[in-house]
Amino acid sequence: MGKKLLLDKAHIPGIRYYETYRKEGGYRSVEKALKMTPEAVVEEVKKSGLRGRGGAGFPTGMKWSFLAKPEGVPRYLVCNADESEPGTFKDRYLMEFIPHILIEGMIVSSFALGSNTSYIYIRGEYDWVADILEEAIIEARQKGWLGKNIQGSGFDCNIHVQRGAGAYICGEETALLESLEGKRGNPRIKPPFPAVKGLWGCPTVVNNVETLAAVVPIINDGGEAYAQIGVGKSTGTKLISACGNINKPGVYEIDMTISVEEFIFSDEYCGGIPNGKRLKACIPGGSSVPILPANLLLTTAKGEKRLMNYESLSDGGFATGTMMGSGGFIVLDEDQCIVKHTYTLARFYRHESCGQCSPCREGTGWMEKILKKIDSGKGEMSDIDLLWDIQRKIEGNTICPLGDAAAWPVAAAIRHFRDEFEWHVRNPELCLNQNYGLAHYADPIYVPEKV
Amino acid sequence: MIQFSEQSLAKVNEIVARYPEGKQKSALLPVLHLAQLEFGGWLDVPVMDYVAGLLKIEPIEVYEVASFYSMYNLKPVGKYVFEVCQTGPCMLNGSDDIIDYIRQKLNIGVGETTADGMFTLKTVECLGACGYAPMMQLGKHYREHLTREKVDAIIDECRAKAN
Repeated sequence: MGKKLLLDKAHIPGIRYYETYRKEGGYRSVEKALKMTPEAVVEEVKKSGLRGRGGAGFPTGMKWSFLAKPEGVPRYLVCNADESEPGTFKDRYLMEFIPHILIEGMIVSSFALGSNTSYIYIRGEYDWVADILEEAIIEARQKGWLGKNIQGSGFDCNIHVQRGAGAYICGEETALLESLEGKRGNPRIKPPFPAVKGLWGCPTVVNNVETLAAVVPIINDGGEAYAQIGVGKSTGTKLISACGNINKPGVYEIDMTISVEEFIFSDEYCGGIPNGKRLKACIPGGSSVPILPANLLLTTAKGEKRLMNYESLSDGGFATGTMMGSGGFIVLDEDQCIVKHTYTLARFYRHESCGQCSPCREGTGWMEKILKKIDSGKGEMSDIDLLWDIQRKIEGNTICPLGDAAAWPVAAAIRHFRDEFEWHVRNPELCLNQNYGLAHYADPIYVPEKV
Repeated sequence: MIQFSEQSLAKVNEIVARYPEGKQKSALLPVLHLAQLEFGGWLDVPVMDYVAGLLKIEPIEVYEVASFYSMYNLKPVGKYVFEVCQTGPCMLNGSDDIIDYIRQKLNIGVGETTADGMFTLKTVECLGACGYAPMMQLGKHYREHLTREKVDAIIDECRAKAN
């Protein structure tokens, strides 16, 4: 069983509330941080090797060190709780069950960055979770962890919850800031980066929920201790939200040394595929990252066992690898249709495109239409090449990464499952009521190691 | 005349106070949520104009935001809105079947409202409940692990509440 840093106390009754949370050692990291200098706190986070948990995996300490500090200008910390990447529901779990760990991490981070007012931007659909956070903030304020001169340190710290209103794009940090300013969620052209010009034109750091929560164990135990967990540049623990065709969907904390195979098939995690079915494919890091067929998922092209960490998942680049992304782990069993699944994702991205950039606004709609056409048995062979061509022209040609996020799933589906697309075109009648089957891409008979 | 209740006005002031002086436009999204809740579940133009006046911004600034975000309804909706997720992970777990079942059961299409004004069926994209699929949002809360039986029970529950 791997080490748990964030969810180790999730099972304790009442951990949602302050009294229990505090009794279990909560807010120790704030006490410790307030005795340090802000620079020393940033240094610990740098040492930890913590990487942004929202999807990009950018080193958090480095991001913090970019924050501009002009005299007389306020600085802001904004927590990105807009969790909207299909397959991802880890932040919701953390906020719903252990809201104080986020508040605690945000206080320490606000102190490190010099942010006296910080915001949690949460997706509007998580309305009840926002209520839970607001209650936790009230509790923390009553106990002197928030407000003026917290714990007599001379540091003022306030946290507010801001509800979004249904827009995936607001998970992109500059779109989030636009939205927080009361505007449409149109991403900004970078540079300037938020670290220089962010919320209301002031220097701003935007971090994911899980990233900020991870600051708590980093400060409690030290950056070096955190860096010792995991492997290589994948330090610490990562929350994985597992869904799709598995026996035990849910949120798991892993230490990034386990294999993908163990994660899917062991009873400690996903518990295998229901109804004795076989593994066909998987999108391991949220819908934007490339889908992999079972054989490439479990073993890299070099023949090594693939592990659940940043480096191993991306081994082989997009040709034979994928990405850690947000940790939204979507499993497809042998009965699932790749064309249909890709179609639902293309529809999602068309719906969520903000419409600023033509390649994304138009391209996502074209991809959706063509995929729907193929899925409903009306496709032509040339459509497959057309799809490939469109995704290639979206990728890299937009202001924000939504264009790439929309292009990659389509590209990977064609790259690895072209035969299935072709079969749909050749068998228009059959494809409406029958699945293509496993064909050559899976390791069809799986025998778990530990039986 | 459109006017927030005393309680909601107090809430608006509380929200505006979260931002620096002069940045009250930031309150727009939360205030539109309040308005939708208080003024019949959707945002009519006079309601949006009222919100613009309240936050001292131009009406167009409200319209462009209200039309951007999917949670704001720009047309009247039923008393109970079923927002059923249809994105990948929910689809893998049978959301298409749930949507078809609700359509048949309520005899309405996606985006339509029942004649008695009770139910609206909407399809939505990923709500972040992929591990508990298929699911839908109903008001403030999620209804997860949906089955046909559960859908029946939810419809009965809504009807009972309305009576």
